[in-house]
Amino acid sequence: MLVYIAKRIVFAIPVVFAVALVCFLLVHIAPGDPLISVLPPDASQALADQMRREYGFDRPLPVQFGIWLWNALHGNLGLSIASGRSVTEEVLRAVGNTLMLAVTASVIGFAFGLLFGILAGYYRDSWIDRLVTTISITGVSMPHYWLGMVLVIVFSVILGWLPAVGMGPGGWSWDWEHIQYLILPAITMSVIPMGIVSRTVRALVGDLLSQEFVLALRAKGLSEARVFQHVLKNAAPTAVAVMGLQLGYLLGGSILIETVFSWPGTGFLLNSAIFQRDLPLLQGTILVLALFFVVLNLIVDVAQAAIDPRIKRA
Amino acid sequence: MLKHSFCLIRVRCLAVAGLLAVTASAASAESVVRIGMTAADIPRTLGQPDQGFEGNRFTGNTMYDGLTQWDLSSADKASVVIPALATEWAVDPNDKTKWIFKLRPGVKFHDGSDFNADAVVWNVEKVLKQDAPHFDASQVGVTASRMPNLRSARKIDDLTVELTTAAPDALLPINLTNLFMASPAQWKKLYDAASATDPKEKAKQAWDAFSRNASGTGAWKMDKFVPRERLEVVKNAAYWDKNRVPKVDRLVMLPMPEPNARTAALLSGQVDWVENPAPDALPQIKQRGFVIYQNEQPHVWPWQFSRIEGSPWNDIRVRKAANLCVDRNAMKDGLLSGLMVPATGTFEPGHPWRGNPKFQIKYDPNEARRLMTEAGFSKDKKLKVKTQTSASGSGQMLPLPMNEFLQQSLAECFFDVELDVIEWNTLFTNWRKGAKDESARGSHAINVTYAAMDPFFAMIRFLDSKMAPPVSNNWGFINDPEFDKLVAAVRTAFDPAERDKALAALHERSVDEATFLYVAHDVGPRAMSPKIKGFVQPKSWFVDFSTMTMN
Repeated sequence: MLVYIAKRIVFAIPVVFAVALVCFLLVHIAPGDPLISVLPPDASQALADQMRREYGFDRPLPVQFGIWLWNALHGNLGLSIASGRSVTEEVLRAVGNTLMLAVTASVIGFAFGLLFGILAGYYRDSWIDRLVTTISITGVSMPHYWLGMVLVIVFSVILGWLPAVGMGPGGWSWDWEHIQYLILPAITMSVIPMGIVSRTVRALVGDLLSQEFVLALRAKGLSEARVFQHVLKNAAPTAVAVMGLQLGYLLGGSILIETVFSWPGTGFLLNSAIFQRDLPLLQGTILVLALFFVVLNLIVDVAQAAIDPRIKRA
Repeated sequence: MLKHSFCLIRVRCLAVAGLLAVTASAASAESVVRIGMTAADIPRTLGQPDQGFEGNRFTGNTMYDGLTQWDLSSADKASVVIPALATEWAVDPNDKTKWIFKLRPGVKFHDGSDFNADAVVWNVEKVLKQDAPHFDASQVGVTASRMPNLRSARKIDDLTVELTTAAPDALLPINLTNLFMASPAQWKKLYDAASATDPKEKAKQAWDAFSRNASGTGAWKMDKFVPRERLEVVKNAAYWDKNRVPKVDRLVMLPMPEPNARTAALLSGQVDWVENPAPDALPQIKQRGFVIYQNEQPHVWPWQFSRIEGSPWNDIRVRKAANLCVDRNAMKDGLLSGLMVPATGTFEPGHPWRGNPKFQIKYDPNEARRLMTEAGFSKDKKLKVKTQTSASGSGQMLPLPMNEFLQQSLAECFFDVELDVIEWNTLFTNWRKGAKDESARGSHAINVTYAAMDPFFAMIRFLDSKMAPPVSNNWGFINDPEFDKLVAAVRTAFDPAERDKALAALHERSVDEATFLYVAHDVGPRAMSPKIKGFVQPKSWFVDFSTMTMN
């Protein structure tokens, strides 16, 4: 197992480097001036040149990339052009906020997704299946930012039960004063993964139940609960892979949901960085999010191998 | 009987005690106003805010003062420059590049240190003297461009300072509203506490720490700062202008870039004030008892014409026809729910820099068609023009619907308008490159809105031939010796009345020449709880938070 993990880590290194290169190039080839947030359009050319020198944008791109990568490897993602704050600090703070939102949304989405999927798969073609399928398709199809706005209108504006935006009075603690800010964005964010997980699990469970090994288990006289245990174990690797990917998407933050709820996570940060053309912040955030995907995939691969040893051998 | 009396006394005592407790509680209850800003992040708090004039409004003018300031006391009069930390100023009659500023005595920074000439020199050097230990490149861009001629500062005595400009410039006192005075003593304390060893790195750390522990001389003091989440400022009871000591105890500023989110936050009672509420929600906001404030802002929504060789806008009849062919009132009432002021120039009547233009900008399609016919165009021979614009952007209002409105209106006067819609930041960058650059993609006009607070931003950068790209924003390469002469007169009119007269002459000519297609002024709408009283919305990008009360 250790050899397998080591191999996966080694394979991940070139991926990380490629991700760093692509995200650096992408933000640099986009049109517009990287100093737009600190340099008004009426600034003189001499001032613009001076600022370019100060920020190092006058150097050739490969040199800029080399310096950025070297600093990034040392945990220093530079300073945000717009705010002057450390990008590492900004990104870590945002990641913490998104993590909280994503994990809460995952717990809700995966729990309901698994429950609905198992029920629909087990009672395939029954009214339960049709009901669950309707809920899942609605969840996957509905624009989540629209759902967010509807939830805000109902629960904040009309009923006045929950706050509409933000994440509380500064800082975070797990008390009602703060948790109430988490509920609406987390529910909004959970709808798509719930739909996807339930559709996947439904298909898996339905497919497995029709396989011959289930017939054999039943013929051996196993109880329905024991048979179902085998079905779940066989469904788990694919379900874990799907949930891992979904968790990755959620950890990436949702620009739309975090903007609708003014939730200061990675999506909100990206939105701000894009509009201000804050290149160091944009690069840093994309890099950290991409690394999240790489690490999550690694964890999912290892988890799959642990659940089903055949994968490791393959 | 005794027992009854005792009971009565006890009840009365309890009642009095209760009353006292309620009164004391009411007296000690903090009055708080919570504001939903349009910014996605708290504007920089270290003295020179980013995010344009919204930054100056929330983290500049609140915690800091400049040597001069805008008068924000009236909703009716144009906002003009008045003394702030300087009580008086005058140009040196022998050398017009030198100004003497007398400083206000007895002013203290929030950290208790004195404001004096040393502090002024230090604050000028923070953005202009590259070898100063506290020089901060990140503050240069937003400051130096707003006072392009200032070169240095020299202390004469504790309360007198000499400022030097690169060339005679009568606009310096106006420019200085953008230089906010941060506390040198507070910065030094944070510099000494910084962990880095390299002086440059140490200075960066000190500025970063300063942004979290800001100290200015303003009417509000920083109390709590959570980046990207909130800034809380409390009233500075010792503020030097006793008439502007805030009546509210605490201001909470929350970034909410999404208009619907801001509106929902207001309607749900999460905030008491939102900037730019969603226009569609205005009827609901009013119906729920909230108050909408708006006023003409020094902002212009124009088409800036190309005047390079071959541009159709080189013909003044065509420029005038376009200005006469737009029904601005229909745009205001139909498209923008009343949230604009029809533009008849950069400055509207009543403004000291308006002058008396002979060309009256109004809706007169018959006259427009007459002019176009005279210029050789007709229903069958339309004039093709191309305008570059964006689908969104700060200050652009509703760029696409407004441009489509213009496209339809101008079609009635023999124009065939093609819109080239590009991304906002790209458009903004192209603005500096000019109409001759390939980024203009053959456009004959560009639609970038601008702030018209001070004469340089409002007129000079567009009309002075020396401001053509890459120097500044004379995108269309206007090269008119008469404009250059008028700009020179403005720069050397050191008496304020003379300066206003020179600016009025410059504005008069810009309207008479139909330099732009003037369309609209923004009105800076904000929606507030009816509990907020005493708020004045001036004709400015800025507001004075000190006057309001919270019931």
